[in-house]
Amino acid sequence: MRYLRTMLHHLQKDLRLEWRSRDAVIGILFFTLLVAVVFSMAFDPTGNPTLAREIAGGLLWVGLLFASITALNGSWDRERRNHVLDAHRMAPAAPSALFLGKALANFVFVTLVEFILAPVFVLFFNLHVLGQVWWLAAILPLGTWALVVNGTFFAALSLRTRNRQMLLPLVLFPITIPALLAMVQATTGVVTGEFEPDLWLKLLAGFDVSFTTACLLLFGAVLDAE
Amino acid sequence: MDAEAQFAVEAVRVSKLYDTFAALRHATCSFATGGLHLILGENGAGKSTLLRIIAGLSTPNAGTVRVLNQKPGAVQGVAYMSHAPMLYDEMTAMENLSYFAALYAQPNSCGCSISPEMALRAVGLDPHLTRPVGNLSQGMRQRASMARALMADPVLLLLDEPFSNMDVEGARQMLDLLLDFKTWPSPLGTRTILLTTHQADLVLPVADTVTRIHRGAVVVEAA
Repeated sequence: MRYLRTMLHHLQKDLRLEWRSRDAVIGILFFTLLVAVVFSMAFDPTGNPTLAREIAGGLLWVGLLFASITALNGSWDRERRNHVLDAHRMAPAAPSALFLGKALANFVFVTLVEFILAPVFVLFFNLHVLGQVWWLAAILPLGTWALVVNGTFFAALSLRTRNRQMLLPLVLFPITIPALLAMVQATTGVVTGEFEPDLWLKLLAGFDVSFTTACLLLFGAVLDAE
Repeated sequence: MDAEAQFAVEAVRVSKLYDTFAALRHATCSFATGGLHLILGENGAGKSTLLRIIAGLSTPNAGTVRVLNQKPGAVQGVAYMSHAPMLYDEMTAMENLSYFAALYAQPNSCGCSISPEMALRAVGLDPHLTRPVGNLSQGMRQRASMARALMADPVLLLLDEPFSNMDVEGARQMLDLLLDFKTWPSPLGTRTILLTTHQADLVLPVADTVTRIHRGAVVVEAA
């Protein structure tokens, strides 16, 4: 119960900081909107609705993955500035609660962007979803969590490196490939209606559980690294 | 603490390397429990490194350190204030302190017997100040940082250049506050303050001991 309270305390702090700066949400939103516009012009989806349905899932998730990088790096910059991280290291609170609070805050930011982005994608790609839309209620949160949990962890890991802006995508992208494959396939399955996404969803859930556990267990060592 | 240790901090042949630069070289020193201990030295002498090791924020490459009779890091009752304020720029001083107060209110810790409001008033800041920390003057940020350290109600207070951005009057007020803080009762034992500063003239008259570090080695320990 105390752990939960501490974690909520960190989450509240990150939401408050983002509300005052709006750096993360605006950054992700504009990047993914640009991706949607550029790809809709490049592929002319209105002329080929079948192709649009096949590539929409991939474009959405790749766009979100690229856009999240800046926000994920930025979320730890606040802790690094003024050496606030040292204050956290000395506080008698569980380090993993700090990680979980930040990952949840990043989850909220990316989800917020998805809510704004979804109608834009439908409009720009002239999408008519042929499968059961309710599957997306599971695919979107599980996929988003897979992005942010690893992203938040590896952003913390690269915090003390000189080229951290560069290092995060280099580490994060290969590790996220299984999750990215699952979320793209599951989304494509729903949009095209050609197959049920349940198998991909199970893979995504397995990825989320295993990586969340590993990140929570390892975060204390990452925080204390010099 | 069962029986209060004679020394709040004992460092024996401590060395710390940053790549090829030796910040500390076989430094041996001890600081008795209770009192205000002044650590002097030129820029880059190793004062900050020594305080960071005692705080448990840095690990020495060689040597042993005992803090309140325990290994450094996660020692109950230690607070540290560095050159940087260790506060969020986007939040007010009161929001910052309330946030950290909640983190200190954990089981098996000393908790915060000093409220954020009390700590801010003690350092001469208005708790109702609406300006975020990032918009405060350097001196005010330093005071807010001092309030954060005091709020943890530590028995061992580590202060790295606490007066560096303050005017003469402000520095004198902070020093008076520290001397007063030393006498505040604590359930964990007698309070000890370790302080580094370049304003030696200000602190020397009230310091119980002086330790001088030169190029990473302790050269003088005097009462």
